Amino acid sequence: MAFFRSAPIAPLEYTRKFWMRGWVALTMLFLYAPLLVLMIFSFNDSKRNVVWKGFTLKYYEKALNNDSLVEALVNSLTIAFLATIISLVIGALAAVMLWRFRFPFKGLVEGTMSLPIIVPEICLGVAFLIFFAKVEWPTDLVWPLNLSAITIAHITFCFPFVAMVVRARLASFNKEEEEAAKDLGATEWQAFRDVLLPHIKPGLVAGALLAFTLSLDDFVITFFTSGPDTITFPVKVYSMVRFSVTPEVNAASTLLILLTVVLTFIALKLQGVKGIAETH
Amino acid sequence: MTETKQPIIQIRNVSKRFGKVTAVDNISLDILAGEFFVLLGPSGCGKTTLLRMIAGFEMPTEGQIIIDGQDMSLVPPNKRPVNMVFQSYAVFPHMNVMDNVGYGLRIAGVAKGEIRDRVTEALELVKLGGFEDRMPDQMSGGQRQRVALARSLVMRPKVLLLDEPLSALDAKLRAQMQFELSDLQDKVGITFVTVTHDQDEALSMASRVAVINKGEVAQLAAPSDLYEYPANRFVADFVGSVNIFEGKLTLDEPDKAAVDCPGLGKVYLNHGVTGPHGADVWVALRPEKIYLHVPGEGKAIRAAAQDAPDGHNLARGTIKGMSYLGDITLYEIQLEGGQMIRVSRPNLSRHDQEDFTWDDKVSMHWRADSPVVLLS
Repeated sequence: MAFFRSAPIAPLEYTRKFWMRGWVALTMLFLYAPLLVLMIFSFNDSKRNVVWKGFTLKYYEKALNNDSLVEALVNSLTIAFLATIISLVIGALAAVMLWRFRFPFKGLVEGTMSLPIIVPEICLGVAFLIFFAKVEWPTDLVWPLNLSAITIAHITFCFPFVAMVVRARLASFNKEEEEAAKDLGATEWQAFRDVLLPHIKPGLVAGALLAFTLSLDDFVITFFTSGPDTITFPVKVYSMVRFSVTPEVNAASTLLILLTVVLTFIALKLQGVKGIAETH
Repeated sequence: MTETKQPIIQIRNVSKRFGKVTAVDNISLDILAGEFFVLLGPSGCGKTTLLRMIAGFEMPTEGQIIIDGQDMSLVPPNKRPVNMVFQSYAVFPHMNVMDNVGYGLRIAGVAKGEIRDRVTEALELVKLGGFEDRMPDQMSGGQRQRVALARSLVMRPKVLLLDEPLSALDAKLRAQMQFELSDLQDKVGITFVTVTHDQDEALSMASRVAVINKGEVAQLAAPSDLYEYPANRFVADFVGSVNIFEGKLTLDEPDKAAVDCPGLGKVYLNHGVTGPHGADVWVALRPEKIYLHVPGEGKAIRAAAQDAPDGHNLARGTIKGMSYLGDITLYEIQLEGGQMIRVSRPNLSRHDQEDFTWDDKVSMHWRADSPVVLLS
């Protein structure tokens, strides 16, 4: 019976069950096979990207020398950065407000706030298109002000996520800690800075990660709010793919994946994985 | 303990209402400098609300709180000369012990070197010397409480407020902390005000106890007075264990009194009670103040007759339940009238618990200075 097992498997030792390991492997394959294919074919020495012809780095060179692609990437990162910072502030403040105070129509405010999460992106996109046209939002501003419309749209759907994560974190806060700080002489602001802020920090990091990645890869809403001079990376890739899927697209995508992975890794390192896990 | 008898906290006609609920109802009391004052009461009686009003976390709906001669009505918690140890301890989880205890001093702008010295001193005081670099999650509940204690003491407050300080500790640690808190209070000479629902805690630590019931002070007295001379049925029942019988006052003179209790019999006291003749009163009799006798009543009658007229301070009954608690044995006895009475008996020898058992007929007597007559 025993192939290579030394001890019998206890009922809860799922990770030692063969079929369970197989299932995990299948799930991983399902999740990551497409990405792996994308990355592998970014090194393919072929224009049409269907058959493996040999290893090359020339498409990376090409992608990095493609000025409009690089510009789109810079735009995307700028928008994501700005949207994240502003979403963090608005989201955290909203969460603290909803957690701390009781006021009329609180339920309504709370419900309305999470609306951007629920409403289909396509509707939001069209809504923004009409809105910015109606208010005649200037489109001919200098960089980075010309990204303001997209950034505003991104903040709209990013900050509710931040608020949600921070709110969840606040639920576990012991209000006596804040009272203790005040009891020891801290002002309202000092108590917030020294006690409440450190408590919600993991929530802020998680919220920032969410907001950054959501903003970075958003296509639908961005598509409706971007002008000819304000192409973002996903929109650019889409337009490139419309002609043909060259390894250049693969290379650019691989670089983007690498970037987000590195950023996430840094954030987790800064915070400690434990802190992030605690938010949920 | 310092013998200054100046009131450090004066509570003047303070009421607190939350919507329609009255948590504190027109309480007035003085807390003296240097005393160990305990607010004792069942949960929901308003004792914690009163403590939080002293700390400044709740504002009185009516009335005034004066600390050290200064009206506190408009003073926020961070400006009051009091510090609080919270029920959850509220130790800051992201700071080590050094930063926790030094927090208040840092906020006050005390120089770094002095903070270090004073924190070290405070930690020595609560027996946590050498724990400066520990994080709270590396400490036990008892140790965290000491951190909270040190964090408050290091501020050298005029008054230290403690909210249910021992409720989260196990029995052994609790007994030890009771002594340590009393000891600590002696050492630092700061006024302690503690909230608790545990009567043992109150009796063992306090110099004075205010028993709170439904937002009002039911009695304010020293622990022994509270136990031996309860002012009303609530206090008699809440502090310790007691048998209460309804009766009519039949005799009330300066040096003696008698109450006729249908459930218990004739009760004689060797002091007056200053109640109206014929009034409905209650007699409170503590279980440990009743003597049990084996069946055959001669002994009980003779014993009772020593300090009471014939036929007084005597009762008969049948043992319906007993629980052996080691140091004492507790008996539930059904009186002839049908009412139950609780009697405890010290196990002076190792065989004492064998003297009585279920369904035994027993006689009881008590001394003329044991019962307490309650008018409310």
